[in-house]
Amino acid sequence: MVNIKINGVDVSVEEGTTILKACRDNGVRIPTLCWLKDINEIGACRICVVEMTGARSLVAACVYPLSKFDEGKNILTHSPAVLESRRMTLQLLLSNHERKCLSCARSGQCELQALCRELGVDDELLFEGARNHYEIDTSAAHMYRDNNKCINCRRCVAACGVTQGIGVIGANNRGFKTSIGCAFDMDLADTACVSCGQCIAVCPTGALSEKDDTEKVWAAINDPEKVVVVQTAPAVRASLGEAFGYPMGTNVQGKLAASLKRLGFDHVFDTDFGADLTIMEESNELLERIKNNGVLPMITSCSPGWIRYCEAYYPEMIPNLSTCKSPQQMSGAMIKTYWAEKNGIDPKNIVSVSVMPCTAKKFEIGRADQSAAGVPDVDIVITTRELVKMINRAGLRFRDLPDEEFEVPMSSGSGAAVIFGATGGVMEAALRTAVWKLTGEKNDSPVEFKEVRGVQGVKFAEYEAGGVKVKVAVASGLSNARELLEKVKSGEVDVQFIEIMACPGGCVNGGGQVIVPADVRNFVDVRAERAKALYGLDEANKIRKSHETDDIKSVYDYLGEIGGHKAHEYLHTTYKASGLRK
Amino acid sequence: MSSTQKVKVAFNGTAEQEKALRSMIREHKGQAGSLMPILQKAQEIYGYLPIEVQSIISEETGIPMEKVYGVSTFYAQFSLYPKGKYRISVCLGTACYVKGSGDVFNKLKEMLGIEEGQCTPDGKFSLDACRCIGACGLAPVMTVNDDVYGKLTNDQLKGILDKYAD
Repeated sequence: MVNIKINGVDVSVEEGTTILKACRDNGVRIPTLCWLKDINEIGACRICVVEMTGARSLVAACVYPLSKFDEGKNILTHSPAVLESRRMTLQLLLSNHERKCLSCARSGQCELQALCRELGVDDELLFEGARNHYEIDTSAAHMYRDNNKCINCRRCVAACGVTQGIGVIGANNRGFKTSIGCAFDMDLADTACVSCGQCIAVCPTGALSEKDDTEKVWAAINDPEKVVVVQTAPAVRASLGEAFGYPMGTNVQGKLAASLKRLGFDHVFDTDFGADLTIMEESNELLERIKNNGVLPMITSCSPGWIRYCEAYYPEMIPNLSTCKSPQQMSGAMIKTYWAEKNGIDPKNIVSVSVMPCTAKKFEIGRADQSAAGVPDVDIVITTRELVKMINRAGLRFRDLPDEEFEVPMSSGSGAAVIFGATGGVMEAALRTAVWKLTGEKNDSPVEFKEVRGVQGVKFAEYEAGGVKVKVAVASGLSNARELLEKVKSGEVDVQFIEIMACPGGCVNGGGQVIVPADVRNFVDVRAERAKALYGLDEANKIRKSHETDDIKSVYDYLGEIGGHKAHEYLHTTYKASGLRK
Repeated sequence: MSSTQKVKVAFNGTAEQEKALRSMIREHKGQAGSLMPILQKAQEIYGYLPIEVQSIISEETGIPMEKVYGVSTFYAQFSLYPKGKYRISVCLGTACYVKGSGDVFNKLKEMLGIEEGQCTPDGKFSLDACRCIGACGLAPVMTVNDDVYGKLTNDQLKGILDKYAD
């Protein structure tokens, strides 16, 4: 233990603890900008500097480990000298920052703005000098990069390179000319970016943002000729409430449905239906592959970020991918075929919108082979954050809305469907139905497969059902996925079924979810907190297996056999190596 | 993306150069901190580090190309552009600078359509700045390969460039 003083108060901390953590654990918050726990501990931004007895200059609290040599030292976290230094750092950042705060997508949630407020730094008394001017990169389907608002904190670089192991963005050039971008200043769309949006989720400013498609949605809603339908993914209900003051992990399904109806959508569906449908097709595909010596392990295909990753980084494993479309695309396909036919609506007249925790979904809707009715299965994707924007624009008092239900059919999701939003959820949902099939379709087949739950990066489990041994693995976060895939390729891991989600923790922590400032993200496990909302919904659901819902039973009256000809035509897709630059 | 313009000079790498590059990378591969020596030796082989070379480095080492590019743009010792057939170097040392070599330099950038350190797309002219070549009496001064031009004005530049028309 090391005995130190924090602002004159005696504290005792374990050796190796950083000043930042020692202060945090003892009731003092030191502001940070570049620091992201575990992935970006680089001491670059100098916002966290503190005074320390005996130190020649201010020290960066985030990367200073306390040792026995610091015994007895006093640390001043908010002295006049410290505050002055932080203010000057902010003024220097602002002097090269495009201060269009009023129209900025991140205004109100901007960490730079919040710090300026906290420290009393405003537009007055800024340094006059050179400014960098950058073109905005709008090349990618899902996001833009506006380096005029970038503070070079490198949090996005860490999310891309460390968390995801991709590294298509990084710091180029040097000194004042340093900017974050792609190799040879290529457009993001020309690189092997997988569209996961984890860079956006960690950006402290408005430099990175999803492409705002809300105007397209408003235009559709205001067009009296169009039938505008919306579906919403499981994970959205686990995060949306945070934007309206609910604690992280609050399920707001009822108010979500109510707000979508009040925004003017003609029909409000739940992607849970598509998730249940995915399980029907995917568990069938798995059992067929096992029975017929097909390509194994089979890997799930729900996460479009993972699909892009596979197509760019592991093209040799494309045959392992399940051919099932994602739940969003399955729901979309059924809306424009089954539901449209049933209600006598021309699919060309439907505008199909989906609300997703995901930025890669914006890319997915433009993929080849995703048009069951001859028109795109889904027309517009908005993220959870864009939905927040729409709710606010429409003047809805979210907290005062009643809890309402989604529309049937196409919505009666099982408990298995709703857990799709958490890592291991698709695996567990598939196992519920696969094990039921393997054990003679008895109603008392097992429901919970807890071994595949939890936020660990890679999980393994083994089950036996009806004389068949099923070995499975689950990975979330693409660095973890790579680790698992390398072991599969080398033969070290031998499993039949793998679930991979591009984002760590799965969709609950998707790149389109409500922004969690680093000050919270560094100390709370977002993945675990939000997942609780979904597992709670699963437990509360009377129907916990996909094959048991009424919607699923009736949709196969239309589709015919599970995995049959029509199901294949509408619900399955193809992949190809992208050859994009890594 | 960047505020600087992009100029592309045709890549004329040979099969021998590529063979030398790949075998050199394999010698260093896997060693910690090997990217710097790899970049230095690649530049010895090709004279510069264009996208074609950096993508081979990335492919062979498994290091994302952005990281390779980031390092190559951080250090002044690396160049992304070849030297031209005619290497123009403008002195921006104190004496030349106060006599207006900055204007000459800017005029050349405009006439050639390139930035400092770049090369024209036809591979003919490359443009660099230097610091004092010991001819302060002739300020402002520039050199084209081994030819020295002194007491320069912007008006003379077209005539000088025209001499290197071949």
